[in-house]
Amino acid sequence: MGSRASTLLREEEIEEIKKETGFSHSQITRLYSRFTSLDKGENGTLSREDFQRIPELAINPLGDRIINAFFPEGEDQVNFRGFMRTLAHFRPIEDNEKNKDPIASEPLNSRSNKLLFAFRLYDLDRDDKISRDELLQVLRMMVGVNISDEQLGSIADRTIQEADQNGDNSISFNEFIKVGNFLIFCIFGNMNYYLT
Amino acid sequence: MGWFLLPFDNLLCIVLGISFTVGFSSLLVIVVPAVLGVSIGIRRLYMKSLLKVFEWATVRMERGAKEKNQHLYKPYSNGIIAKELSSLEQEIQELRASGTTLSSEPEFEMADIMYFCRRGVESIVDDEVTKRFSAQELESWNLLTRSNFNARHISLRLSVLWGLGLFIRYSFLLPLRVTLAASGIGLLVVLTTIVGFIPSGWLRTYLSEKIHLMSYRICVRSLTAIITYHNSENKPKNGGICVANHTTPIDVIILANDGCYSMVGQIHGGLIGVVQRAMVKSSPHIWFERSEVKDRHLVAERLSNHVADKTKHPILIFPEGTCINNTSVMMFKKGSFEIGCTVYPVAIKYDPRFGDAFWNSSKFGMVNYLLRMMSSWAIVCSVWYLPPMSREEGEDAVQFANRVKAAIATQGGLVDLLWDGGLKRGKVKNTFKEEQQKLYSKVLVGDQEDQGEDRPQEDEEELEEEDQIEDRPLEDYTPRPLEDCSLRLQEEEEERGSETPMKDQ
Repeated sequence: MGSRASTLLREEEIEEIKKETGFSHSQITRLYSRFTSLDKGENGTLSREDFQRIPELAINPLGDRIINAFFPEGEDQVNFRGFMRTLAHFRPIEDNEKNKDPIASEPLNSRSNKLLFAFRLYDLDRDDKISRDELLQVLRMMVGVNISDEQLGSIADRTIQEADQNGDNSISFNEFIKVGNFLIFCIFGNMNYYLT
Repeated sequence: MGWFLLPFDNLLCIVLGISFTVGFSSLLVIVVPAVLGVSIGIRRLYMKSLLKVFEWATVRMERGAKEKNQHLYKPYSNGIIAKELSSLEQEIQELRASGTTLSSEPEFEMADIMYFCRRGVESIVDDEVTKRFSAQELESWNLLTRSNFNARHISLRLSVLWGLGLFIRYSFLLPLRVTLAASGIGLLVVLTTIVGFIPSGWLRTYLSEKIHLMSYRICVRSLTAIITYHNSENKPKNGGICVANHTTPIDVIILANDGCYSMVGQIHGGLIGVVQRAMVKSSPHIWFERSEVKDRHLVAERLSNHVADKTKHPILIFPEGTCINNTSVMMFKKGSFEIGCTVYPVAIKYDPRFGDAFWNSSKFGMVNYLLRMMSSWAIVCSVWYLPPMSREEGEDAVQFANRVKAAIATQGGLVDLLWDGGLKRGKVKNTFKEEQQKLYSKVLVGDQEDQGEDRPQEDEEELEEEDQIEDRPLEDYTPRPLEDCSLRLQEEEEERGSETPMKDQ
């Protein structure tokens, strides 16, 4: 019982989130409503179980990795700010975003930040390199039991061969940018909101 | 010191006297038509005046919000984001098409993860299933705190109105309704027990029908339920099964108000058990012991026997198995569609403006829920009787169930979903994830992995019709709701990759 959404989220907070993520006022209140509906424990934060309760996410082969992306290093709970920060990566890029603050850091939904998000899906240990093992892990998650170890291994090897330029048998972020189809990340890294 | 208590004494007497008179006369005005089966039309008048008040309230709030130059929170029923519904293969081909490499070997692009990634994040922002298990959000405010999201924009006048509404609801409507409900149930229990002593015959059936109908009419008035029945020519007949979408336990009362049905469910203890045992004395309802509920064949047998006897009333079943929030219809359990008799589908749609009827069983217990129901303004709903359906040649139970479900969804204006309502409490099975993985592997290595697939055009949106949930944990609230047991039939499952049991929520 009791009211949710805009009454529990103060105006100042909404303004801060707006500045940080670029979402509009109504988008933020709508997403806050979504956040509270996922928060079964009603303690203002989401745990991994809260995410896994979404059936469509639970059947996603990369579900666990995606959930992981929401949680900061070593933490088990994510609050609304963190939630919005991660979602901000998927806002469509606005080319003529009037940047009021010249000192402001790059917007969260910039091309390179989207690519960094994707890179981090592979790079589990955050050492800024995608090793062969990490690549294999992600491949295995996506194909399940349907492809043999050898075949999967050769796919991984070939991918690293194509991408690796400095011969360290792993893919750094710069190599990742070059081999990954740049445009694809931008197109698929967008979610279009009904609200403005 | 006693001298100044006297006026209070007098005042108290007067107040009590007035309230008793008012209460008693309202009772009479309500109960007598209920017993006789007549409707005066008070409720419809009440409904119309309430609507006018709500509209005024919403206008005031919008004005208030505009003055402060802020935004009014408005729910959007068609979702937050625009999702693209294309299959896995299509999207990955799109991904590849803008790429440059062309080789006949397995193609893996590092960008492939973006497909799963976006799908995943889309489902975090807005998914089809979890929002069905909580109350629907309203466009306008109906003067109930529980459905208000714009508390900041309430002006003084509006607050006064709300306070008045609160007073009326809790001090007048609630006691009146509780009294009515108690008398309705009491009458049901007493009279059905009495009728139970009459030997079987036309007199007993006739009296039993009348008593049931009368009690349900009183109960309907105790909830101030304003029901519109459409297409009464399709009303279920003896020897058939009536299926309906399920939103609340009150569905039973709403349907039974207009016709006689045989209920199916599990025997409870306590007050509900008393009512159940009394009801079965005068007319044949189907109650199961808790242990019998799991026995699929026993259930099917009893249902078939009942249906074969043409003198018995149609069976009322809610195939979803659990309460959904009346915005969608979820997977129908196939058990009742295997019996092979005529199915009479019924669509029930509640008007959420007057009071949300959905029972969120993870949030509220039964008593709490009933109190909320009785302290809202009214329950307004429409019931559509759909033409009877039977299983066609070459159609299996699952397809038949889906056909019925689609008909109900179309009539009621609800979204037709393939997801299982049991996902409210249970975890989805891993087989669905494995399907996705299989699809992706096919894209990677082509069809050399073809093992004589049974579903060539499998779209990932299609879900298998078997039980979608892993082993259900026991709920920790009691009593077990009626709807969860009516045909919670379990399939024989091969536990493909079922992992650790689900933790309690």
